[in-house]
Amino acid sequence: MHDFLLSIGYNYWILPTLLALPLVGALLVAFTGRRGEEGEDEVASGAARGPRVLATAVFALEFILSLGLWWAFDPSYEGWQQSFDRAWIPTWGIRFTLGLDGIALMMVLLTTFIMLLASYGSFTSIRRKARSYYALLLLLTTGMLGVFMALDLFLFYVMWEAMLIPMYFIVGIWGGERRIYASLKFFIYTMVGSLLMLVGIVYLGTHQPLTTVNGIVTSVPNFSYDAALNTAQFTQRGALWLFGAFFLAFAVKVPMFPLHTWLPDAHVEAPTAGSVVLASIMLKLGTFGFLRLAVPLFPTAAMQPAVRTAVLVLAVVGIVYGALVSLVQPDFKKLVAYSSVSHLGFVMLGIFALTVQSVQGALMVMINHGLSTGALFFLIGMIYERRHTRLIESYGGIARVVPMFAAMLTLVSLSSIGVPGTNGFVGEFLVLIGSFRTAPVLSLIATTSVIISAAYLLWAIQRILFNPLDKRENEHVSDLNRRELLLMAPLVAGIIWLGVYPAPVLRRMEVSAEKFVRQVESKSAVRTAARER
Amino acid sequence: MLLQHAATAGAHPLEGTVASYLWLLPLLPLLGFVLNGLLSLTSAFHLGPDDPGADHGHDSHAAAAHDESGGGAHGDDHHPVQRHRHAGLVSLIGPGVLIAAFGLALAIFMAMRGLGEMHAPFVQRYFSWMPVGDLVVDASFQLDQLSMVMVLIITGVGALIHLFSVGYMQDDPGYPRYFAYLNLFVFFMLVLVLGANYPILFIGWEGVGLCSYLLIGFWFSEKANADAGKKAFIVNRIGDFGFLIAMFMLFANLGRLDFAGVNATIGQLPFGGVVVTAICLFLFLGCAGKSAQIPLYVWLPDAMAGPTPVSALIHAATMVTAGVYLIARSNVLFSMAPVAGLTVVLIGGLTALFAASIGLKQWDIKKVLAYSTVSQLGYMFVGVGSGAYVAGVFHLMTHAFFKALLFLGSGSVIYAMHAAYHATHSHEDAQDMRNMGGMKKYMPITWVLMWGATLAIAGVPPFAGFFSKDEILGSVFLRATHSTLADARWLGIPGNYVLYLVYVMGLAAAFMTAVYMTRMMIYTFHGPNRTGDKEREHLREAPWIMTGPLVVLGVLSVIGGWFNIPAALPVGPIGALEHWLEPVVGESTLRVAGGTLPEASHSLEYLLIAVAIVIALAGIGFAFARLKPQRLVPKAQAPAEHGFGLVLENKYYVDEAYDAAVVQPVVGVSRGLLWRGVDVGLIDRLTRLLVQSKDDDAAPGAVPMGGWMTRAVGYLGSQLQSGRVGTYAWVLVVGVLFVLGAFSFR
Amino acid sequence: MLAESLFFSAVLFTIGVVGVLTRRNAIIVFMCVELMLNAVNLTFVAFARVYGVAGQVFVFFVMTVAAAEAAVGLAIIIALFRHKQTVDLSNINLLKG
Repeated sequence: MHDFLLSIGYNYWILPTLLALPLVGALLVAFTGRRGEEGEDEVASGAARGPRVLATAVFALEFILSLGLWWAFDPSYEGWQQSFDRAWIPTWGIRFTLGLDGIALMMVLLTTFIMLLASYGSFTSIRRKARSYYALLLLLTTGMLGVFMALDLFLFYVMWEAMLIPMYFIVGIWGGERRIYASLKFFIYTMVGSLLMLVGIVYLGTHQPLTTVNGIVTSVPNFSYDAALNTAQFTQRGALWLFGAFFLAFAVKVPMFPLHTWLPDAHVEAPTAGSVVLASIMLKLGTFGFLRLAVPLFPTAAMQPAVRTAVLVLAVVGIVYGALVSLVQPDFKKLVAYSSVSHLGFVMLGIFALTVQSVQGALMVMINHGLSTGALFFLIGMIYERRHTRLIESYGGIARVVPMFAAMLTLVSLSSIGVPGTNGFVGEFLVLIGSFRTAPVLSLIATTSVIISAAYLLWAIQRILFNPLDKRENEHVSDLNRRELLLMAPLVAGIIWLGVYPAPVLRRMEVSAEKFVRQVESKSAVRTAARER
Repeated sequence: MLLQHAATAGAHPLEGTVASYLWLLPLLPLLGFVLNGLLSLTSAFHLGPDDPGADHGHDSHAAAAHDESGGGAHGDDHHPVQRHRHAGLVSLIGPGVLIAAFGLALAIFMAMRGLGEMHAPFVQRYFSWMPVGDLVVDASFQLDQLSMVMVLIITGVGALIHLFSVGYMQDDPGYPRYFAYLNLFVFFMLVLVLGANYPILFIGWEGVGLCSYLLIGFWFSEKANADAGKKAFIVNRIGDFGFLIAMFMLFANLGRLDFAGVNATIGQLPFGGVVVTAICLFLFLGCAGKSAQIPLYVWLPDAMAGPTPVSALIHAATMVTAGVYLIARSNVLFSMAPVAGLTVVLIGGLTALFAASIGLKQWDIKKVLAYSTVSQLGYMFVGVGSGAYVAGVFHLMTHAFFKALLFLGSGSVIYAMHAAYHATHSHEDAQDMRNMGGMKKYMPITWVLMWGATLAIAGVPPFAGFFSKDEILGSVFLRATHSTLADARWLGIPGNYVLYLVYVMGLAAAFMTAVYMTRMMIYTFHGPNRTGDKEREHLREAPWIMTGPLVVLGVLSVIGGWFNIPAALPVGPIGALEHWLEPVVGESTLRVAGGTLPEASHSLEYLLIAVAIVIALAGIGFAFARLKPQRLVPKAQAPAEHGFGLVLENKYYVDEAYDAAVVQPVVGVSRGLLWRGVDVGLIDRLTRLLVQSKDDDAAPGAVPMGGWMTRAVGYLGSQLQSGRVGTYAWVLVVGVLFVLGAFSFR
Repeated sequence: MLAESLFFSAVLFTIGVVGVLTRRNAIIVFMCVELMLNAVNLTFVAFARVYGVAGQVFVFFVMTVAAAEAAVGLAIIIALFRHKQTVDLSNINLLKG
């Protein structure tokens, strides 16, 4: 397989293609089919069929193309792979540079996978303005993939902002009752952070050491990531400010306590696929930003004891706080939203604890959370389509009526709780065992969340699936149909596969994770637990 | 294949024998799970419509009629009557895989016996599970004498219980689902005892907790059952927290998580130091959760909400013994931490006493057995905690036999009672002993077998329990004078005091055990029958598929103790089990005992044995003398308890205390402070300074801040646009002067 | 000689500025603007005396522009008067936003 891919020059064209294909698809979808009338139910009338099938086909093609990366990627090579580099705006030193390392690889695969499922999962829940919706999904994909692939800071920023707009529209048009409030809140929160990041990026780009072109010293800015990593110069105070700017941008996205309040609202009001994309992918952009930009570019600032401890404490607070607040949510979607805050706290803990195990664990949590929480939101969406309520108290005892749904929900909940054998355990275990070496007390506090997460999820699914079937409206709920089963199958398979045999995934990310730890350690002279054996 | 064998000096002698099929052992029940699970889903499941969001009205046929055993077609919540379509096939697969697994286990056992001496465990590595940096966690199984004993118990007793279940659950609509879960449980339990490192053990550890959750809440339409299942899982998780921390500490200090590696390197840590003690204590926290010791035992009595065979398998014979196994497996660690050992012994003894006292006043026959289990587990921990690992495992084995027998026997009784009540459409409690009485007339075989188990648990020779219990108590007594535990101090108290105290607690608990077990027998089987005249006609012995396994267990309850006869009684194979387990635990036992095994003179031995027998018989006699079954009244008319008896009946109000002290405050704080207070009240209010919020559900009484800051800034800005030319001119002039000034002062 | 002329035109210019800023009648404001422009003319002529004839050429330009601007400006005032019946500047705020 590897050789076949090499023979078709896969490594050269794959990344630009992955970016361009959704754009082309968006254009096509926007002009496919018939535009629906005002108030028309496009699913029932069939007007939605063209756009949704075409969009899903594009996504499927995108996913299949991206699958090749699994084999084309060389797990033992430390540098950037599948790179693509073209001049873009030469006067400002901006280049269109793309490339992957182990971390970005898994994120790209996760993105194409989840987007395919998101598109397939929206078939019956998006009933008006279908064309626009699917086009927006495609545009969103380009933005997100661009963030993961970008190796030029300016390009990174452009892509970062580019994905806000489709998301804003998706939540704002097809969302729930308070969607305007939620989408506005989401947009402003993220924007404020990103603006600071822009300042930081501009500073980084313009404060490069003077470059020489043909022997003539020029002062063209250089926005290349490698340049920022290796040759950019700033004072220690400058580094601290810059780190702060990037930190704010990404901390909002993660979301870290106390900047997390946009998430419950956005999740609750977003349409199902919107929630899935938001949880599975967009939250990972924040942590990815930390892994790619904030920490490696400013290691001394990031690992300063005060800063590092503060971040670790906030992460653990997020873990426990998110879990406790989940316990008392009456709305199931909001419960899952707060649980996301809790899970992403694990990622931040893993990154800043700075051991190979904790970083790999953080990466695994990113992937696993994408799968499990995505699956949870899909399931919530399915039951919502039938009963039009997300309040837990509206249900009760429905396992008798919808056994397939009950089995899926139970399994996915167990994955979210982190039962060994499911994917959730691997990530959490690695994060905790890794961070125990450098921050034992915090790691211990974080481990208590395994108790709380069991409590809130089991209590929730008990009130939904078990207990007496006492409400008449629940007695005739239909079970999952063929499409929904087909949708859940790959997610369930992923949950079990990554729980039992995560080694291939770990192997592909290993070099990047080790490089991350090594570089940050050496540059910031942080002593993490070295063992004499 | 993926098999790779541990790099020992030369190949392991078991390689190439039937033992290389070790991986098949857990795979068989897993296969059963998959098949039974599919059978359970395919018949209950109906594909939904393609567009669930459209208004279809009654689109799905009355799915409620498909009573997935959630509630009865007769409104009888415990036993709905509707035999499943695939029941026959499931009856073959479910017990079938267990019997096959037991057969394989026997074969492997014979192979091991054929070796004579086996000093090193047989390890099979299948693949790399979590390789990250210097953390190496492989998916590997380890077979040694200890795991062999456990495997035999799990598959053997498990197979018997599966057969029993065929009869007990035959009319349950959830029949395939039941066996699926039961098979899955055996799978996880086997993974637990066969795992070669702590993480793999942990998979099994949590997995059995999961199956326990699924099986306790099997009849989930009753909120109480679902609650019990959830409680079990969450309380277990508290223990799992401890287990996890112990693993983290092991890795942080030793860099290894596999048993071989840990055992080899733990010696580097200071003996009795903080690290080793902490690791052992955290491990024990896990055991307290899984094996229902103080303070985490509260889930076990509630777990009786599940089907009785589940209680027999999971909450008597196997899952709850996982904690004992864990300590036995970690014997090297525990032998290096005397304080931890004392803690284990103390809590074990306390639990044994505490639970036994509660059992004296329980009326539900299963609750009596539940508290009895908690109490007996305490004994096992006394055994392994004091360094007498063989004694603890021995009691684990005999307890599996007679407790499973007791539970299954009570299951037969309950089965008969249910049949009786079902026939007369009565809604009385089929599990309350006050509704029973005189059952020996209707169920003689069960009666005899249950007496056998009762004598075993009370510790009357030559029944099984006598030997194991005596060994534990004797070991504790001897180690009170001669062990590292005795030399250590527990919170300032000298170790030998602690051990003597535990010995006394053990004796007291033994007395109470005899009393409450005899009480159970008297109230259930002796005296007049209180079930009701009409119902009485329907009471009869259970079908042979159920009584058969009882007989086998009865035999085992008699002869089970003969596997490890103490030296003082040369009537059979002396110390067979001890000899068998020596390669695994021998060294640690010696270390705890301070270098030489405590030997008791034969006269001391006889004295200890005599004391044990006297106490057992005294308890039985006391019960017969004081308890008058004739004075009992059926539950519906029974008077309320009073005084200390009320306290015992309400289990010392521990559950209520936990609820008030832990659960309610946590929920209250989360809801009131964290959510409403911080999130909505504080953080959101701050953000609303910036964001316009017209359609916002403000907290009641809150002033809608409505983005006043943004509007304020905007207002200021709009002042600039006055439209008045004069102002513009002013601004122009001022600006010019400014620029001129800036230029001239450059 | 130069200093006195500059001083004189500065005074005239200042009077013009003050008039523009403080007077309410639009016509008066225009007269003050004319005053400013003429003060500037004076400055140019004064400098032309010293630095050459280019200053006097500038005066021609300024006078032309002043004439054109006066014509357009008065036309605007007439239009404004027709609309608002007043030339009081404090009442004119059509550009208020």
